[in-house]
Amino acid sequence: MTATLPSGAGFTDAVGQTQALFRVLMDAMARPGSIGRMPFDLAPPAPLTPELAAIALTMADQEASLWLDPGLSAVDAVARYLRFHTGAPLTDDPAQGAFALIGDPRHMPPLDAFSQGLEDYPDRSTTLVIAVEELAAATPDNARAFVLEGPGIAERAAFIASPLPDDFRAQLQRNRARFPRGVDCLFACAGRIAAIPRSSTIIGGV
Amino acid sequence: MALCAAATRSDLQAVLGTLAPISPAADLRVPETGLVMVQGRMGGDGAPFNVGEATVSRAAVQVGERSGFAYHLGRDQTKARLAAIVDALWQDDNRRAAVETALAEVEARLEAEAAVRAAQTAATRVNFFTMVRGDD
Amino acid sequence: MYVAVKGGEAAIDNAHTLLAHTRRGAPEVPEITPAQIAGQLTLAAERVMAEGSLYDPALAALAIKQARGDLVEAIFLVRAFRTTLPRFGQSVPLDTSAMAIERRISATYKDLPGGQVLGPTFDYTHRLIDFLLEAGAEVPEPARADAGDAVVAPRVTDLLDGESLIERETRADDAPAPDITREPMEFPASRDQRLQVLARGDEGFLLALGYSTQRGYGRTHPFVGEIRFGEVAVEFVPEELGFPVPLGNVRLTECQMVNQFTGSADKPPQFTRGYGLVFGQGERKAMAMSLVDRALRAHEFGEESGAPAQDEEFVLSHCDNVQATGFVEHLKLPHYVDFQAELELVRRMRAEYAAREERVEEEARE
Repeated sequence: MTATLPSGAGFTDAVGQTQALFRVLMDAMARPGSIGRMPFDLAPPAPLTPELAAIALTMADQEASLWLDPGLSAVDAVARYLRFHTGAPLTDDPAQGAFALIGDPRHMPPLDAFSQGLEDYPDRSTTLVIAVEELAAATPDNARAFVLEGPGIAERAAFIASPLPDDFRAQLQRNRARFPRGVDCLFACAGRIAAIPRSSTIIGGV
Repeated sequence: MALCAAATRSDLQAVLGTLAPISPAADLRVPETGLVMVQGRMGGDGAPFNVGEATVSRAAVQVGERSGFAYHLGRDQTKARLAAIVDALWQDDNRRAAVETALAEVEARLEAEAAVRAAQTAATRVNFFTMVRGDD
Repeated sequence: MYVAVKGGEAAIDNAHTLLAHTRRGAPEVPEITPAQIAGQLTLAAERVMAEGSLYDPALAALAIKQARGDLVEAIFLVRAFRTTLPRFGQSVPLDTSAMAIERRISATYKDLPGGQVLGPTFDYTHRLIDFLLEAGAEVPEPARADAGDAVVAPRVTDLLDGESLIERETRADDAPAPDITREPMEFPASRDQRLQVLARGDEGFLLALGYSTQRGYGRTHPFVGEIRFGEVAVEFVPEELGFPVPLGNVRLTECQMVNQFTGSADKPPQFTRGYGLVFGQGERKAMAMSLVDRALRAHEFGEESGAPAQDEEFVLSHCDNVQATGFVEHLKLPHYVDFQAELELVRRMRAEYAAREERVEEEARE
């Protein structure tokens, strides 16, 4: 029997490394707007970024499916790499993915295209993992920054993530209004990570 | 592949011994033990239901140009890795015949063991015979 | 009121060391190995696999050794172990008709294709203690016979199917069954969920419930259509490969219970089925499971119900011995504060009772 096995290695110490990254992701979600450091790099097939790959290998499995944006799903090597290392089913429907990997945020679907969870099971929503080109801490008076309030934030948190769709701030505000339903977003770039969970209030105009 | 699943770890070590030299194997995915939920069918032939899980070990390796993989019942990751190496060698057209020859011995032993079990089971088959026929 | 207390660490450590020492037993007796348990106390290990809901003979044997032979404790250990492992996926549904048979009997047909094959059974033994085993006598070599077609035998239920005398199983699609270990079960449960719960349920509990149906608490008129035991190949389709790979063989016992059904307005009289399938050689468990499966289908056939074995919520909520032991055994944990509250309450009620008694006596005196 011939299997087409993928190019690109996974974690060398799957248990230890995924546990460490899980901790980083949990902290990022618990402290919205803070910038976390992802401790290691993978070498996945392009255009899948090392950050997206590491999060997928940590979080996705046979029961946590993946949706890939068109730029990622167009590359067969990406799908093979993710299937091999996670065992997760890949889905074409953004509303079916437990995790969505977004390599091209400029053209990403609106947040309400993803699974919003149910009133009884809000955990059944999609977690978006977005590869940005810029991710940096900022002060709340920075006009480009996302300024957040809510659980896990002492007063206000602020950070810059780009590129993103022009109306992304408004989308996040509508997402917040759906609470307890709604999606959670992770932004990753160059070994850094930040989160805007659905519990965060987005301050400022559209 | 079914043969590698039924073989023991020492069987596979012996098989690889006869195939030396083998270029070093690189792990495509670190050998790992996990679970597969075993499904049965209602009434034996109806819709699926879950009977319970089984431990399964898997490995995927690269040997030279070829990659090989294995999934086996049990927790023996070393055995799964050996089987993945055997699978990778089997993918190589130049070595396939040698791999099959080496596995034939294992296959013959497993078949002989199964034949003994079948013969012992067959000896417990009931042969009914009629003692009395009360016609009149 | 909640009072946190500390202490007892040294006592706990010492108790665990004492447990390990007691487990080992007399040092002049050789230590038992998991391989001996798996090979010679096979049915104990198989029961642990069935109710631990994890097929791994070596692990079950080790759990029995660790649990000092307490099978419910061993089952608990196995259940805890499985939570540490990732799930690769679900197998292709097993084909039990392709079983390499080691035992196969039918109580409904004497002469059936493939024959009645007794295999390694306790049936027809005289249940007399065999002191030769204590003496370590050698066992004779088993007889052998031409295997012929004994290896694969058709299902007895297929024989009845020819005349439509027995209900057919529905097999609309092969969507994976819902998994009660992943999605919490809600009542009413589907038959696939019920069978999963019964397959891992406590043998003693299911045996008692099955027995109760025979004694009139939810009669099902059962006949053993067939019991078979042997090895079945398991296949699995890894997500990254997309084709089935053979994982190896598992030992299973299957029981097809055939039950009379008198018919209803929209169904002619026919035989219905109760089904049992368990890991290992577990005939008693498979039979009990099939009796309870059929009893739980009473509603489906519009039969009179109300017996304990027909009460889905009662049966499914109480047949898991890990859940049961957890809740029963938690009673031995400290309840000092709860009990103080009860103590105060009972004292107050006694005082009120005494005062009332006194009043009655006074009134009587007046």
